Amino acid sequence: MNSKALLSAVLIALVAAGGGYLYARRTVIATATAPVESTASALSSARGKGGGATPGSLPEAGQAGGHVWVVKPEESIQAVVEKAQPGDTIQVLPGTYHQTVYIDKDNIALVGVIHGSDWPTFDGEGKRNDAVLYSGNGVRVENLHIVNYKGNAIMGQAGNNFVIRHNRISNSGVYGIFPEFAQNGLIEYNELVGIEDAAIYVGMCDNIEVAHNEVHGNVAGIEIENSRHAIVENNTAYDNAGGILTFITPGLPIKTTFDVVIRNNFVVGNNHKNFGAPGSIVSGVPSGTGIIVMAADDVIIENNFIRDNKNAGIIVADHKSFANITPDPEADPNPDRVSVLWNLFDNNGTDPIKEVRALMAANLTREGPDLVTVGGGTGSCLGAPGTLKSLNVGSWGTCARKSSADIGSYLLDQPAPARPITAADRGKLIYSSVCAGCHAYNVRMVGPPTQIIQALYAGNPQGIADYIANPTKKREDFPPMPKQDHLSPELRLAVAQYLLTVNSKPPATAPAAAPSASR
Amino acid sequence: MNRTIVLLAALVGTTAASVAGPVAPIALSRGCPASFALEQGRCRLHTPYQDYASLAGAGVGGLKAGLPAFRDGFTPAQIDLGRYLFFDPVLSATGQVACASCHRPGHGFADPRALSVGVGGHEVRRNAPSLWNVGFLQKLFWDGRAHSLEEQVQGPLYGEREMGTTPGKLEAALNAVAAYRDLFSQAFPGTQSIQSTQVYTALAAFESTLVSLNSRYDLYAHGVHDALTTPEIEGLNVFRSFVARCGECHTPPLFTNQQIAVIGMPEPRGHALDPGAGAVTGIPGLRGGFRVPSLRNVALSAPYGHAGQFATLRETVGFYTGGRGHAVPKGEHLQLHWHIWEPHLSAAELDRLVDFLATLTDQTFLPATPTAVPSGLPPAT
Repeated sequence: MNSKALLSAVLIALVAAGGGYLYARRTVIATATAPVESTASALSSARGKGGGATPGSLPEAGQAGGHVWVVKPEESIQAVVEKAQPGDTIQVLPGTYHQTVYIDKDNIALVGVIHGSDWPTFDGEGKRNDAVLYSGNGVRVENLHIVNYKGNAIMGQAGNNFVIRHNRISNSGVYGIFPEFAQNGLIEYNELVGIEDAAIYVGMCDNIEVAHNEVHGNVAGIEIENSRHAIVENNTAYDNAGGILTFITPGLPIKTTFDVVIRNNFVVGNNHKNFGAPGSIVSGVPSGTGIIVMAADDVIIENNFIRDNKNAGIIVADHKSFANITPDPEADPNPDRVSVLWNLFDNNGTDPIKEVRALMAANLTREGPDLVTVGGGTGSCLGAPGTLKSLNVGSWGTCARKSSADIGSYLLDQPAPARPITAADRGKLIYSSVCAGCHAYNVRMVGPPTQIIQALYAGNPQGIADYIANPTKKREDFPPMPKQDHLSPELRLAVAQYLLTVNSKPPATAPAAAPSASR
Repeated sequence: MNRTIVLLAALVGTTAASVAGPVAPIALSRGCPASFALEQGRCRLHTPYQDYASLAGAGVGGLKAGLPAFRDGFTPAQIDLGRYLFFDPVLSATGQVACASCHRPGHGFADPRALSVGVGGHEVRRNAPSLWNVGFLQKLFWDGRAHSLEEQVQGPLYGEREMGTTPGKLEAALNAVAAYRDLFSQAFPGTQSIQSTQVYTALAAFESTLVSLNSRYDLYAHGVHDALTTPEIEGLNVFRSFVARCGECHTPPLFTNQQIAVIGMPEPRGHALDPGAGAVTGIPGLRGGFRVPSLRNVALSAPYGHAGQFATLRETVGFYTGGRGHAVPKGEHLQLHWHIWEPHLSAAELDRLVDFLATLTDQTFLPATPTAVPSGLPPAT
């Protein structure tokens, strides 16, 4: 087959219909037979005119110039992660891996190598918890085929500036892709199927882009929860119980969701049976719902193709109206300022749930809704009132905003800081928080007094900095000092310099809380 | 050895509280406890976690995530005075129960008895929770009903079955001790007569210094990856995986997200369901809900649960894989938290979780227990 011709044809279809990029993606990748460090450029070329380059704040191949490690099946990926340094790329060759990989360091790329149709497959065999866990910043995960894990396929905790791209994930637990507590991240060109909660779940994050993904056969397709500044665009969500959700879920420590844009998505035929775990919030999602806004504020829904969702095209609900919700007095239960602009609706609400039917009866209509609201909330509006079957939107006005075109991206221009320097004097910070636990100025605690160290190292802070990186036992009557090599050389020198300036004048006397023999 | 304590021990000796005689001046510490630095006369916390970002300022995240807001800014004298008060049973109606009687320093500042015991040997309905890192908490008590340390200390002080005193009795008892009149005038210059509010401030000051952020886990979080053993890292991965979901509520760096959760733990045999936050808030859906406790120093603070229902950590982690709602009393319909589910953890995974939890132990800044307290009563230990 002439793949170039097919690609052109697909691109024409893409322009014509605003979709089809998944075909384009597969075609492009299928032609790649050499190892690649990232699919970013290949995918960008398939995007056509609408696509843009990844912002410079996110980690891409070639930016760091680090070492490239190559892992084969039967080898331990984790062993390589442990050897890798920030900036390195770990390439995973095609084959099957029964592993869990955790990345607790910064700027590591974990990238599958695809030869023709051969992918690296992570198989959890129904017994491993997660395929990839990361807590480092600047982590990139690409080109992995992940199946049969119990928890998540890819889960991040507080890793900022991440990229999760072009992974195929099926039957892998509760969430497929789940970044949590993160700022600035891109989730694109992934395919997820058979996930028992949200396939792509953005939880308690800021500045996120979810684009060009295909999610189907899950309980929920894409969920933006307790997060701010998120764009969900150009995705295809079909055959889930619910297509795209944006929630404030009560009982979580970060209690707002606002500035969410849901645009240019296909949200089609989300009529799958809800197979969510009993008691989970997502198990309360009524099957047949295209988009659900629960308690989230400042949401824009624009230019989506919302079709064949048998319950309703869009539900906008408060906490009270939603099943399985644990109350939270500290969270605002109402969705405010939701803008439903122009969207293409067709054949939604053909078989609504009984609560929606009751609203239909109360409003003397037999037509199932493209848009239905239940519960409280203020300031919401319709952009094109004549283009949809709406139910119970009496309090909604007409939107002043005509489009979301002014909102290009919520991704950051500069990386979210991993470590903001909050202390004016970092040497003092480390001395007070670490050293002072064992060294008092002029009395014996766990280690020798600071005064004695000052006498030994007068004018020689580098000597202290070197010693604390790799201490040797010097005194019979004191326990050995633990290594402080987690501090950078600069920090070690800074703390050494500060230590030499600590003086005996009050109030730097022995702390009252010094451990004593009497405890 | 701390010279203040030596001096005090010599001065107070075995004098009975009610007849505490004239005592020579005692000097409270002029320096801050370890991990605090004196800035404009106030003690300010210093920790490497202050170098990390915290999304939305909530103090929850992964390894390198910042802390939530913290109570500090007390003076060295207030902190040191609070330490004496904390151990002194003169605060209770009977002169037999101190804060430290239930919040025992040697047991993670928690109570080794399943149900804590107050004046007259009265059992209370809950287990005194750990005080480590309590200065970071926005909700106090198991049911989250207090929102400041000063508000919290009044609960046990005036609880009939706890310390059983009243503001009037408390002030009278302290004003009768010459050493306390002197110490309060050092900590609160200009004091003529000791006020109960000063007691709250001093106890809050002391409690805020119970900081534990230098465990082996913390070393790992800061980037020392050989600080944990392989089984401990396996436990960390179970802990943060979405199968066990421990980290979803016991979220680093404090290992609590400070929310109320209804999880359906069993009650001690013969006890009715404790409504917890449901009774405090009046919200039916929070019936049986409790504050998510921090897991810092959890290996020291057995037994576990709001009523000390579980003797060991192994039993406690086992609860979470026993089946959603398996311990909810018949006839109760609790709105259980969505993270309580059926994770089917293996015995080995539960063992690894216990291994990991022990890496959160850090008592580097354990304050000294006074060998004697100003009242002359035997200090609690």
